[in-house]
Amino acid sequence: MVAYTGADNPPFRLSMLIYDRRYRSLTLQAIVFILVMLAASWLIDNTLRNLSAMGKTLSFDFLFRRAGYDIPQQLIPYNSDDTHLRATVIGLLNTLLVSVLGCIAATVLGVIVGVLRLSSNWLIARLMTVYVEVFRNIPLLLWILVCLAIFTEVMPPPNAYRGENPAASMILFDTIAPTNRYTAIPSIGMTNPPGTISLGREGISWAFVAFVVAIAAAFVGRRLLRSRAQRIQDRTGKRPTTWWISLAMFALPVLFLTWYFGLHLIPPVLRGFNFADGINLDNALVVLWLALTLYTGAFIAEIVRAGILAVSKGQTEAAFALGLRPRRTMSLVVLPQALRVIVPPLISQYLNLTKNSSLAIAVGYMDLRGTLGGTTLNQTGREMEAMVLMMGIYLALSLIISAGMNIFNARVKLKER
Amino acid sequence: MSETHSETVAYVRETMLPPEPPPLAETGAIKWLRENLFSGPLNIALTFVGLGIVWLVVSTVGPWLSHSVWNAGSMAECRQIIAQTWGEGATGACFALIKHRWNQFLFGFYPQALYWRPVLAFGLLFLALAPVLFSESTKARRVVLGLSLALTFVFAALLGAPMGALLGMAVLMLLWAALIETRPRWSLLASLAYPFIAVWLLWGGSLWSEAMVLAGFCLGFVVWRLLAARFGLLAFALAVMATAAWWLLLAGPLASVLAGVLPLRLRPVSSDQFGGFVLSITIGVAGIALSLPLGVILALARRSDLPVIKLLAVMFIEFIRGVPLITLLFVASLLLNYFLPPGTNFDIILRVIIMVTLFAAAYMAEVIRGGLAALPKGQYEAADALGLDYWKAQRLIVLPQALKISIPGIVSTFIGMFKDTTLVVFVGLFDPLKAMADTIRASFEWKGAYWEPYIFVGAIFFILCFGMSRYSMYLERRLKRDHH
Repeated sequence: MVAYTGADNPPFRLSMLIYDRRYRSLTLQAIVFILVMLAASWLIDNTLRNLSAMGKTLSFDFLFRRAGYDIPQQLIPYNSDDTHLRATVIGLLNTLLVSVLGCIAATVLGVIVGVLRLSSNWLIARLMTVYVEVFRNIPLLLWILVCLAIFTEVMPPPNAYRGENPAASMILFDTIAPTNRYTAIPSIGMTNPPGTISLGREGISWAFVAFVVAIAAAFVGRRLLRSRAQRIQDRTGKRPTTWWISLAMFALPVLFLTWYFGLHLIPPVLRGFNFADGINLDNALVVLWLALTLYTGAFIAEIVRAGILAVSKGQTEAAFALGLRPRRTMSLVVLPQALRVIVPPLISQYLNLTKNSSLAIAVGYMDLRGTLGGTTLNQTGREMEAMVLMMGIYLALSLIISAGMNIFNARVKLKER
Repeated sequence: MSETHSETVAYVRETMLPPEPPPLAETGAIKWLRENLFSGPLNIALTFVGLGIVWLVVSTVGPWLSHSVWNAGSMAECRQIIAQTWGEGATGACFALIKHRWNQFLFGFYPQALYWRPVLAFGLLFLALAPVLFSESTKARRVVLGLSLALTFVFAALLGAPMGALLGMAVLMLLWAALIETRPRWSLLASLAYPFIAVWLLWGGSLWSEAMVLAGFCLGFVVWRLLAARFGLLAFALAVMATAAWWLLLAGPLASVLAGVLPLRLRPVSSDQFGGFVLSITIGVAGIALSLPLGVILALARRSDLPVIKLLAVMFIEFIRGVPLITLLFVASLLLNYFLPPGTNFDIILRVIIMVTLFAAAYMAEVIRGGLAALPKGQYEAADALGLDYWKAQRLIVLPQALKISIPGIVSTFIGMFKDTTLVVFVGLFDPLKAMADTIRASFEWKGAYWEPYIFVGAIFFILCFGMSRYSMYLERRLKRDHH
């Protein structure tokens, strides 16, 4: 027997680089690669020549020099004697702060509106439709400017809260005082503080650590409890009731810690011309947060509505036919399928919100663009380095969020066999 | 079935009773109210919450709107009139601002005598788009054509276009409309020429410089068609070189010669006179028109089997989608000059359009990639079975279907981009929303007018974006029917 080895490969000729499909793709890729590299080197060469013509060199030294400007809203201590690097970190934290707050609030708003839009109540459904259409079809910048105008033009000055018969009154049981310069909110106080871990200039309270540990432990405990319930169900066919135990696992330690440390809210009080004791949130943050929430909430509402509509009614009916109760139908049949539709676009809305937070420029909120891409850039004149660093940070943020989305997608992907 | 009941039915009525009207609670408005507003405790609560919201909005905004003043010369005069008619302390809208300054919101600092040119460019846009976007239904297309013809003509006449321009405009538009109705395929060529006409109308100057650019494209196309059969890929490179040579060597002198023979000149308008919605629409339309071909190429590259090309496409798309548009605009205003040969300096609008195009192209690529992925695999296999090569398969079979599927996505990308054009204010251009409102507020008469400009500009944005989203929904419905 002679094994069939196929026709002999013809000897390689140069013309095969163009005419033979096996080599043509390689040729094409090589050409494109060379062209792109040529273009890139042309751009880099231009840049270097332009920089040297202006007497500049590429260097990130400026990050370690004194910043010399103040930032009104800061999560970790900062003053104008700190470096540009620290100012950048403050800016990044401010971007993250408004993004996280915005994502949480927009999700809550979006879910409520999305569900209400499907309500059988005619009035509510129409109102929600109007909200969604109005906010989706008008630029975000307008909403930011409108919110800004509301806060600067309509809100009372702090001293309007003063006197026997104040012109303005605080809202939500006298805890929040919106003024035309800042919004005063309560701060959290402890009668029995446990001390702090000091990390350089920042300090983390032991109370915070205790809460994090308690909640993490509760999650682990809930998991163990559920797997035990599953085992019992597999063995006997009956699932023990677990909800009150898991509720207790979350609530009891938290309540205990709250009592032990004596946690309480300290409402803002007017002292002289300004509010004190509470936290005075910079209005730029409040305005940006509000506008981002309202705008993104409208998009999330549409996503939620589409997700709910995507689960066909037959699924619910099938679950009922199998004897599942409505609550378990929701958690085992409807939600997993709806979430598969909802979560990917939802995450991309989170991405959009994070990127849109750079519109902070319209209200003067010192986010990453305001510090690194704004004052630092203007003071040091390092446009190239500052822009590259800023775009790099934004890109890294986006890639981290997309990576999270990809992991989720892989987990909930329809397993086709 | 037994027959028994037929014997025991002495008391059964033999005639039908006349139908009774349903109970009062089950008809008309009452039934509707019960079913839609008061069907249960939760619904009743929701209805009251809804009524509360409506009352809150009406009670705060209502008086302000109903006290509005349309005839006044300044904010102070407005306030005086409101105080006189509605009593001291009443507040009201001062829409007189809009009456006086509407042209700045729409046209920026464009010369007043030339307002008809942007109007004409905008009207022609619909003619250029009609064979692409409204090919689905003859009726819709005719309505769009008729409306855009009539409205463009009326607005241009009202805004003071000279007689000659009106006449030329009418002839051009009627001929074009006739071309669309009789020879739809040929009208696509006219659509391709539209960008050049629009640039000429907006910026003015000699028509021949735009015509020479267009001629360069035509030359490249002809060279490619003639040589493609013999040289394949090489023909493409030759066509690019021919076009480049034409633009660099021949186009300039030829344009000046032709301009000497037949001067087709409009009064030039410089870029810093652009503003308001003219600027927004120019950037938006240019961005979308340029980003569409780029997006198609990027989408094909991202789905390609060639690893290097795929990697480059993925890197570009993910980079652009990962950074905010504002940072790209800052690159356009601060850094673009670094990347170009020393001494190059070009128009800021052009720089912004380049950046917006790159930005939109990345999003467009993802939309079109979705369309390509949604196409059944059988289509690709059928193309292979017919023996078509890659480009022929894409051009004849894959892309026409994939693009059609992705039109709704393209339209929503466009809506997003159109809204984002307001961000150009941060690189010093006059967008209608912030820059124009600030400019007008900076004048002595209209100091302190906060809400009126936002309402006016917001309403225009809403009408345009809402209209486009409705169009894309209509298209989605029509396209869906095709697949069943």
